Amino acid sequence: MANVGIVIVSHSPKIAEGAADMVRQMVGGSVPLAWTGGNPDGGLGTDVASIIEAIGRAWSDAGVAVLVDLGGAETNSEMAIDMLASDRRDKVVVCEAPIVEGAVMAATEASGGATLDAVRRTAEELSPT
Amino acid sequence: MTVRSPNDPVPKSNAVHTGSALLTNDVGLHARPSVKLTQLAKRFGAHVEFARTAAGPWVDAKSPVKVMRFKAAKGETLHFRASGADAAEALAAVVSLVERGFAAEGEDASQPRRE
Repeated sequence: MANVGIVIVSHSPKIAEGAADMVRQMVGGSVPLAWTGGNPDGGLGTDVASIIEAIGRAWSDAGVAVLVDLGGAETNSEMAIDMLASDRRDKVVVCEAPIVEGAVMAATEASGGATLDAVRRTAEELSPT
Repeated sequence: MTVRSPNDPVPKSNAVHTGSALLTNDVGLHARPSVKLTQLAKRFGAHVEFARTAAGPWVDAKSPVKVMRFKAAKGETLHFRASGADAAEALAAVVSLVERGFAAEGEDASQPRRE
């Protein structure tokens, strides 16, 4: 089965793109990866339609782990997941992890062929409990 | 049957392969090298661990977060141990990675990987 995909959702397109660059450089190309950031007007924010599109770009039958920054990025990502087709919805999770470190750790785990659950657990190992 | 302590996950029935390598690259076991070590260890079925001393404490080389937190510096020696079917190959591979300064085989360690 293909590796779990990673989606990075930030209020800032620069942060999202930069975090994706770090994943590509450190982890390599074996993990499907997409990023999105900013609102449709070009300002800071997140956009449900763009998140849905990013999940599609990083799609893997093994699932997709989403890394988010603050408040709206998380709620909009959850809304985006709710709007996915029913056969995809259960294969996407939002990780409670710092966006940059979480993306790199999740992608490292994913690159070894780990399950979506293992990928999420690795990303969430970073968060203080 | 030997009773094992929870701190010793290496089954006694398997041969344990051990080895060590000196960290010679400038940054030591930092971000990028940590990811490379984890990815390499994950290619093997063997249980692979490493430590600062031959007596441990041992860290799971397949755990991205634990490897990243290890923070070994240039000049430190990494001790490895591996057990399982392909332990010998796994051990040789991780020791070689450290000895090459974390470069891919035939790659210059100072050049970051590009897309």
